Amino acid sequence: MKIAVCIKRVPDTETRIAIAANRTAIVETGVKFILNPYDEFAVEAALQLKQAHGGDVMVVSLGPDTIQETLRVALAMGADRAVQLKTDGAPFDTLSVASALAAELTTYAPDLVLLGKMAIDDYNHAMGPALAELLGMPCVSAISKLTVADGRLTAEREVEGGVEVVTAPLPAVLTADKGLNKPRLPTLPGIMAAKKKPMEVRPAALGVARVVVRSLEPPPERPAGRIIGEGAAAVPELIRLLQTEAKVL
Amino acid sequence: MDQDLYAIDSALSEDERAVRDSVRRFVDERVMPVIGPAYIDGRFPKELIPDMAALGLFGANLPVEYGCAGLNNVAYGLIMQELERGDSGIRSFASVQGALVMYPIYAFGSDEQKARYLPAMASGEIIGCFGLTEPDFGSNPSGMITTAHEQSNGSFVLNGAKMWITNGSTAQVAIIWAKTGADDKSIRGFIVPTDTKGFSATDQKGKLSLRASDTSELVLQDVCVPRTHILPKSGGLKSPLMCLTQARFGIAWGAVGAAMACYEEARSYATTRVMFGRPIGGFQIQQQRLADMLTEIVKAQLLALHLGRLKDAGTFTPQQVSLAKRNNVNIATDIAREARRLLGANGILAEYASMRHMANLESVYTYEGTHDIHTLILGQALTGLNAFN
Repeated sequence: MKIAVCIKRVPDTETRIAIAANRTAIVETGVKFILNPYDEFAVEAALQLKQAHGGDVMVVSLGPDTIQETLRVALAMGADRAVQLKTDGAPFDTLSVASALAAELTTYAPDLVLLGKMAIDDYNHAMGPALAELLGMPCVSAISKLTVADGRLTAEREVEGGVEVVTAPLPAVLTADKGLNKPRLPTLPGIMAAKKKPMEVRPAALGVARVVVRSLEPPPERPAGRIIGEGAAAVPELIRLLQTEAKVL
Repeated sequence: MDQDLYAIDSALSEDERAVRDSVRRFVDERVMPVIGPAYIDGRFPKELIPDMAALGLFGANLPVEYGCAGLNNVAYGLIMQELERGDSGIRSFASVQGALVMYPIYAFGSDEQKARYLPAMASGEIIGCFGLTEPDFGSNPSGMITTAHEQSNGSFVLNGAKMWITNGSTAQVAIIWAKTGADDKSIRGFIVPTDTKGFSATDQKGKLSLRASDTSELVLQDVCVPRTHILPKSGGLKSPLMCLTQARFGIAWGAVGAAMACYEEARSYATTRVMFGRPIGGFQIQQQRLADMLTEIVKAQLLALHLGRLKDAGTFTPQQVSLAKRNNVNIATDIAREARRLLGANGILAEYASMRHMANLESVYTYEGTHDIHTLILGQALTGLNAFN
């Protein structure tokens, strides 16, 4: 099986974010970047399929040279090869990025394309479906279980109040949700081995960007908490406020 | 740490950061949830051994051909730092396995011994311990009374007792240092399987420190090992001291990890704990505590990092290791105590890490060359005068 995994470098969730002076990007200095956690599920799923069925796992990412570090994390986890589609900055427009990725994936001709259901920096949820459309493949989004047999995949999706089981023929595009697996940590020998694995760098054939970021604003500061009273005597007033003011009861 | 105020990450390579981050996640996900209860129960969390091995933590700076990760010494140091962020007992386990058992087999062992033991120890199938210290010979190992008498058939019979042995009751093999003759020049290392007749290990009870670590006393009573179990290239007290230099290098890094854990806990607590109507981190006394802690941590990190670069360059000296071990453990003991104090009454609970680290670090202060002995090593290096005896 040939499996392609599209991955993205994103700021660590625990890092403190500052907005740049032009108000359309974040300050990257001092920010710790990680492999997008949903893409980590996708990499792990690809590695498990390779262990079960054999084959080749390629990871691809689009961006400036800093993303090579993130590609090497996936190689250290066990992916076989990496491709950097080089750009100057980090483009935002999904369809524009999807065009560049689709062109690369067409060359690789994978049986399966895996990626996270979203990136934790932009929350767009759009890359998987956009790629599937451009590649002419079926798309199953936000999967929490996956099996592949006889040229077909069976996946589970957690939907409101239950589980949806779907099947589709290969090749297909799948986006990974939390719960799909427990991603492995890069082992120390794996980190050393990753340096010797192939990393190809090509210019990204970006499509036209029609969506641009106008501005970034920090969320409003949360108002301070309020202590209503102490002990049982405070309960009626607390209930009244939760009903009338917070409107959560 | 969450904040890298002094931009120390910029002095690390991508591989070194990747190693650090992987071990950090392992410690956060696997060690942190179990270490408090394990410490209270007084047990080493053995269930972590297979995953520690799978990650490649054992003997990580030894060559790939023996199933090890082949990392440089800075990356190895960062592993020790991250493990000790969890607990000194976890770091001690990896230190002993790698620096005190795998290293002497690598440095002094025969090709057969290396092939037999190193891959099995890297994969965690075989756990080792290191027997040098004796009940009456700690800082003065040359006085050891454990003997190894050569028999007419070439085998050796060992007799003696070893004390304060990390992993002693867990290990399948022990590296035992014993005198084959009258003086310390006759000290040789032996690979002794712990199931050999006459070998016994007893768990050290009543510890108030390193409670999540196996510390044992070993007794060797007419323990007979074939000649193939001697480490052929070991000779004299210098051999075990070379092992200790390796382990002390790791401790210089590990102590920084314990200090980082205490600092992080204190900083987090200071920003959320409200007293007199505002976070206690807003008071000058706590800010001074935190500023002092971070400053000492940064200095210790740079000390360890430079030592790692010297070790990678092949030029580091035991005196440099003494300086770093002495300083870094010392500042870590102070930082752990200050963190415990900042945490107020909560600081005495096992739910928080600072007092556990504080108690652990008293052992780290005393083992692998006490603070005082390292002072004398430095004193001798500076004056040329021996103050040991």
